[in-house]
Amino acid sequence: MTTAIAQSWHMTTRHLRFLSRQPWLISISLVQPVIWLLLFGQLFKRVVEIPGFAAGSYITFLTPGVVVMTAVFSGGWAGMGVISDIDRGVTDRFLVSPVRRGALTGGMLIYQGLVSIGQSTIIVALGLAAGARFPGGALGVVSLILVTMLVNLSFASLSIALSLLLRKEESVIAVVQFLALPLTFLGAGFMDARLMPGWIQAVAHYNPFNWAIEAGRRALGASPDWGFVLTRGGWLLALALVCWLLATMAFRSYQRSV
Amino acid sequence: MSNFLETHPSAGNDPAPASPPAIEARQLVKTYPGGVRALRGLDFTVEPGTVFGLLGPNGAGKSTTVKILTTLSRPDSGSASVAGIDVVERPDLVRRAIGCVAQRSGVDLEATGRENLTLQARVYGLRGRELGRRVNGLLDRFNLGEAADRITKTYSGGMRRKLDVALGLVHRPQVLFLDEPTTGLDPEARADMWSEITRLAHEEGITVLLTTHYLEEADRLARRLAIVDNGLVVAAGTPEELKSELRGDAIHVELGEPGPDGPVRAALDRLEGVHEVMLEGRTLRARVDRGATAVPLVLGALESRGLAVAAVTIARPSLDDVYLRYAGRAFHEADQAQSSNGGRR
Repeated sequence: MTTAIAQSWHMTTRHLRFLSRQPWLISISLVQPVIWLLLFGQLFKRVVEIPGFAAGSYITFLTPGVVVMTAVFSGGWAGMGVISDIDRGVTDRFLVSPVRRGALTGGMLIYQGLVSIGQSTIIVALGLAAGARFPGGALGVVSLILVTMLVNLSFASLSIALSLLLRKEESVIAVVQFLALPLTFLGAGFMDARLMPGWIQAVAHYNPFNWAIEAGRRALGASPDWGFVLTRGGWLLALALVCWLLATMAFRSYQRSV
Repeated sequence: MSNFLETHPSAGNDPAPASPPAIEARQLVKTYPGGVRALRGLDFTVEPGTVFGLLGPNGAGKSTTVKILTTLSRPDSGSASVAGIDVVERPDLVRRAIGCVAQRSGVDLEATGRENLTLQARVYGLRGRELGRRVNGLLDRFNLGEAADRITKTYSGGMRRKLDVALGLVHRPQVLFLDEPTTGLDPEARADMWSEITRLAHEEGITVLLTTHYLEEADRLARRLAIVDNGLVVAAGTPEELKSELRGDAIHVELGEPGPDGPVRAALDRLEGVHEVMLEGRTLRARVDRGATAVPLVLGALESRGLAVAAVTIARPSLDDVYLRYAGRAFHEADQAQSSNGGRR
């Protein structure tokens, strides 16, 4: 067990070093959320005036949605590193070494988790700067960041699994977009749940993306329903573990084809 | 784990009389999804502390064999052991005993040479001062000291290949797999690699399995070799044994001036042990049973016809000739046919 954790961490440092050498990647990954927060937030500012919209400020309402959306898309890109490692022979080199398969995926996921925490923190700060207010305070923000990380890890694991199976960047990007984009809008990211059409409300109930948004938003509210936050968090944790297992199993399938 | 790391292979210095083979492959069969039969019952054995060559054209099944022996891939049937450990039953133990340099480089191009080596050493459980010493030792040994802290993207092909070998040696493996280690290298880098491979086996007692599609490389480095064609070993032995199975030598006579075709051939065809006489201008070629005894006879026959001889050479058969005999086609033709099909296994 300790070996597996140590091995995962060694793999994590490889990815962290890569990021530290191209810090501009961080700013690129923030372009989209900034556009969503500032432009979308301005454009739909008066949505809150619709009767039945619970929130008083749209930027306050929108920020958790953008946090989660950014994490989902950023997780979706995790597989790109896998494909470049396969193409460069790095994956095969590790597969004939004593590294555990779980540590190979574990290393990537620890890295993904750290990136997700960093990204979410920055977006929350931007939201605050743009006028959002979170009565839930630091505990609320931390809760949002954690549930967001779990949904990020689930998507990253799926992206890794897909990359090991498909081994083509274009195919993985296509599948990830096909999944992530609709999921983003089949939930309460941009619109109050009570104002959504009935069928979207029904779908949103099963949408992990929406679990994270709802849980995060409750935690940021004035009197959080912790039971709700913890239940959704539990579901997300279970999903992340299942997806991690899938990613690790995908290595076996990859090895059958080499 | 630390026990393993301190174990040094001793096969080179005192080969026990009945030491088990370092590598044993028995009836390996592998079919890839899509029905490509890469291996059709491959068999061979490698003695500890030697360089063994798997020689064959592209697509013969060499890389597939290496992938199975290094636990990357599993055979459909057949069995194999490396360092006495079954590769299918205990891949985890095999992985600790082997080093592998794949046909494609495995260098992480976004990291420096030192970072590549350090991570590899950590993966094998080295840490602390021992790790630093090992990494520095390998950097020095492969002349990568100066480039150690540069991103490997900036390395030349030869430097990356050296780093690949260093990565394969980090944990002092008993058996090292080198899959086409010199493909794509310039002549100088190739010569470097050759002396390094020789040193590994001779001075450190590491068993080296080398795959190559260069006849010259196999001839020069391998103590024994197996010729692989179409997923099967078609011939095995020392390079000398394989070549001596071909009857005789080739002799090559340079005449003083172009000779009359008919009389020259008539004079030589009558000699015992001389075959396949061919004359082209001033160049006379023939196959003879034994070069040393045939040359005086040939020279005498030519002299008696009043033909002056400028030069004579005797050539032992090359592995090219061996390949031609066993695979039924010339090596470079087989190689090109496979390359143009895009087959690289």
